[in-house]
Amino acid sequence: MTDATVDRAAPQGTLRRLMRRKLALLGLALIVLVVAGAVLAPWIAPFDPNDQMFDGLTIEGAPLAPDGRFLFGTDLLGRDLFSRILYGAQTSLIIGVVANGLALLIGTLVGITAGYFRGWVGSILMRFTDLMMAFPALLLAICLAAIFKPSLWIVAMVIALVNWVQTARVIYTETSSLATRDFIAAERTLGAGTGRILFRHILPHLVPTIIVWGTLGISTTVLLEATLSFLGVGVQPPTPSWGNIIFENQTYFQSAPWLVFLPGAAIILLALAFNLVGDALRDVLDPTQRGRD
Amino acid sequence: MAAYLARRLLQSVLILLGVSFITYVLLYVLPADPVRQIAGRSATAETVENIRHELGLDRPFIVQYGRYLAGLVQGDLGRSYLQKSQVAELIASRLPATLLLMLGAILCELAIGLTFGVLAALKRGTFLDQTLMMASFITVSAPQFVVSLLLLYVFAVKLGWFPIGGYGTFAHLVLPALTLGILGSGWYSRMMRSSMIEVLRADFIRTARAKGLTRARVVLGHALPNAILPVIAMIGIDIGIFMGGIVVVESVFGWPGIGQLAWQAIQRVDIPIIMGVTLVSALAIVLGNLLADLVAPFIDPRIKLK
Repeated sequence: MTDATVDRAAPQGTLRRLMRRKLALLGLALIVLVVAGAVLAPWIAPFDPNDQMFDGLTIEGAPLAPDGRFLFGTDLLGRDLFSRILYGAQTSLIIGVVANGLALLIGTLVGITAGYFRGWVGSILMRFTDLMMAFPALLLAICLAAIFKPSLWIVAMVIALVNWVQTARVIYTETSSLATRDFIAAERTLGAGTGRILFRHILPHLVPTIIVWGTLGISTTVLLEATLSFLGVGVQPPTPSWGNIIFENQTYFQSAPWLVFLPGAAIILLALAFNLVGDALRDVLDPTQRGRD
Repeated sequence: MAAYLARRLLQSVLILLGVSFITYVLLYVLPADPVRQIAGRSATAETVENIRHELGLDRPFIVQYGRYLAGLVQGDLGRSYLQKSQVAELIASRLPATLLLMLGAILCELAIGLTFGVLAALKRGTFLDQTLMMASFITVSAPQFVVSLLLLYVFAVKLGWFPIGGYGTFAHLVLPALTLGILGSGWYSRMMRSSMIEVLRADFIRTARAKGLTRARVVLGHALPNAILPVIAMIGIDIGIFMGGIVVVESVFGWPGIGQLAWQAIQRVDIPIIMGVTLVSALAIVLGNLLADLVAPFIDPRIKLK
């Protein structure tokens, strides 16, 4: 952990050190590309993503291969795949941000509470976290998503419910070591209340950890959403998501492989981007990792 | 040691109890009604109530859960709603396929991950190192179904080397095991790389070099055996990750293991099977973690069980 004073001065330094890493730059560039695609989708998508075009299929009714008109070809209903992938980026990013934000919030609250209040509150929370670690997360998520008729927000909630555990453990470990440090004892002696200690003195020290886990978590979330949607229990068509595009088109996967592999590549690139940036952030923000490359 | 083991086993039992309780609650409050599924659409209200009574689903929650636990301690996981067989038998008949896949996947993971990790450590800072580490990033960023379908497309559809799915021969095992192996290898190669780099810095390696041993002897005879142990110790934890992922791979490849059983059960709201598979997976995760903790002190004597 760095000193509080260093932390406050860090932002520009962090960004500069991050920029020096080629892989982190690649990751950032990919994220910017996907975000731009998602935000600008209504203007840059060449077709309506839900328009089943009469000339979007071959005479036999098969999807069209990529060409000049349909950049990524068309899907089994004659919709433009490029437009669907652009709009699918919106789904991935919304779920990535919402579900991961929620998971981060739960994980931080549980971790900070368990780490600061030892005794029975802490033990109950951590035993519960251990219990959640033993859950087969994907199985649980599939089960929950299959049972509730999934909408975008329910999928986000299900993902958050199975994804907060890792964050909680890390925050717990850091908080419990911070809580025994002299400056916290000094604050308490000076008469600072629990809320003030937690939010003014402990939380700022956890910010680097939260940023790192938040970034890496988006990647996990994107993969989980894609998997749920691929199984047909995630985001429901016609709302395009990279996972459900593959789900819908997998029967054509031998004759029209682009319908599976282009959205597949999009998923990998986005998850990779957040992993690269998150990993670089960990190196930059965590001094114990520095120099170990 | 015995006291430690006893305490850990007790903890494991408590964790499994907790998992069973939470899963039971979740499945109890779920909006999908299994009785309607069983009875079919044209069933009268009377038939529906009869089935509900027969399955004991009209009892209060505590009674239902109590009955389930009573059965559980005798190894009885209940009876499937839709298939007229015991859940324990269904799982037992599917388990060998899953264990075989797990064995194949772990062998692939180790073969790919350890090789890449050692190569990257030896060629540290070079183009090869960067490429291998980039590859490890990509494997942890790829969803299982995309890798499954990619391998299917290349090696089964285009090249025709392996069957497109199914079970029975060695050829059937290759693609699903390779999928899981590739996906898990990134984790191992990163660990292997840093473990190897650390060992190569150690004094005994310098001594071995100073004795005039060849580079191959130093790497294979001295560094590798020491660097590989902490990585091997992680297999226990890997079992947990594996159990989480089999649903997708088994469904895509038509592999008749417990992942496929679970997926079929989820689609038909066959609650006893979902409960059973969740518990078996949780058991595997708990035992895997226990194994990793038990092995650790043998590999690194500085670690003490407490």
